[in-house]
Amino acid sequence: MPWRIDVDRETCVGSGMCTAIASNRFVLVADRARAVDATVEPDEAVLDAAESCPMEAIVVRDEAGRVLAPER
Amino acid sequence: MTTGQQPRTYPFGEADRLRLHPTYAELRRSEPVTRVRLPHGGDGWLATRYTDVRTVLSDPRFSRAATVGADVPRTTPLVSRDTNILTMDPPDHTRLRKLVAKAFTARRTEMLRPRAEKIVGDLLDAVEAQGPPVDLIEALALPLPITLICEMLGVPVEDRVDFRRWSDKALALTAFAPEEIVAAVEDLRDYIAGLVAQRREHPTDDVLGTLVQARDEGDRLTEAELVNFGVTLLVAGHETTANQIGNFVYTLLTEPEHLAALRTTPDLVPAAVEELLRIVPLGGAAGFARIATEDVEIGGVTVPAGDAVLVSMPSANRDDAVFTHPELIDFRRETNPHIAFGHGVHHCVGAQLARMELQVALSALLQRFPALELAAPVEEIVFKKGRLVRGLASLPVRW
Ligand code: HEM
Repeated sequence: MPWRIDVDRETCVGSGMCTAIASNRFVLVADRARAVDATVEPDEAVLDAAESCPMEAIVVRDEAGRVLAPER
Repeated sequence: MTTGQQPRTYPFGEADRLRLHPTYAELRRSEPVTRVRLPHGGDGWLATRYTDVRTVLSDPRFSRAATVGADVPRTTPLVSRDTNILTMDPPDHTRLRKLVAKAFTARRTEMLRPRAEKIVGDLLDAVEAQGPPVDLIEALALPLPITLICEMLGVPVEDRVDFRRWSDKALALTAFAPEEIVAAVEDLRDYIAGLVAQRREHPTDDVLGTLVQARDEGDRLTEAELVNFGVTLLVAGHETTANQIGNFVYTLLTEPEHLAALRTTPDLVPAAVEELLRIVPLGGAAGFARIATEDVEIGGVTVPAGDAVLVSMPSANRDDAVFTHPELIDFRRETNPHIAFGHGVHHCVGAQLARMELQVALSALLQRFPALELAAPVEEIVFKKGRLVRGLASLPVRW
């Protein structure tokens, strides 16, 4: 049951939070975060990154499209 | 690297108003990662270029946790034995940070804007009623962030005289004796512990209440972590923004062309806040050293495992590899990826809150007092001394 990661690069401010928390899942490209792979196997670190993003620019969904993080 | 060279004495000098010491620019050019000797804790490295600074702040091979209880190179007299969010590495850091991240997101902060506008409106009413000259530090710069962080955390704003006194000492370098600094931090802890105890009797949904619940119901942090977190949020949540409100207004009042630009184009305020964040150095010198946990190549040198590295964010923010005409204030920069709030896992929790507060304060002030000016000659405007952060003792204005 893979998860889907969406990073809103318009909203991202490049704080580096996600790349530091889940360095194998996110990279900074031109000062904005991007998911290394948009689809990943379930990984707690990805949820942590989404929960910690100051801009809530990262959304993680399960296969059914349910939002897993961030919590609203 | 040039070996066998004497480390440079750091800081390069006592902070001089809001100026950045010219040595930083020299080092960025010729010695981007250099040996420095600190007043306490011996020698370490100092990184001054944007890319190296960002690397040290975000690469997991540089640890904050390794500095706890260690005699690391530093400007403060005391060895820090506290574990708080700023001295933790992931995953401990992530565990704590997640507990409050929600309360400080851009969205939640934006919801507080009307409240901030009301607070500032009331404060400026009082300024008008009092009549010139007025000290803007006491009248606006301090009460705005204090009121907001108190309301968010659930700290009674009536207690400000006490916690202001402690917090001012907690951020001292030489302005107070080491024993006084220790005692002040202890007082802050006791104070927060008291508020925590109250919440166990009567649960609340403010940030402190949320932390108490995370401890009591989820066992997600220790009692010490809980109390220290409260202290950190209270202190960091007002000292920084309060000083920057004063520093920004001072900068504008001493740079009339930029002030005029903001008055004719109020929409520039958010961009102006970013530019002022970039150019106004809040810290007197680099702080919060990181320890290399293995040998790391950076800026042309190998930092051996176990060595401490300091970074200058104000220097990074003036790196001409990233910013065109970095020494100039320009409210119309196309991009402004400054790192005034840090970078990586410790990127300022309160960044969005601080931005909003600074925007609201500047907008309202310029709108309310179109003829605002300093009420004393610039030379007579005095900055506090012997502190971790730069800020004005008072900012007398008239209109
Ligand atoms: C203009 C105002 C402010 C500036 C320039 C500023 C700057 C910074 C910087 C540079 C750091 C990172 C330090 C490092 O990594 O060595 C930081 C961290 C932090 N700031 Fe701010 N700050 C401001 C306002 C605030 C406010 C309003 C709060 C209120 C909650 C706050 C709370 C914190 C906390 C808790 C941390 C530690 C974060 C962590 O370790 O994860 N700051 N700030």
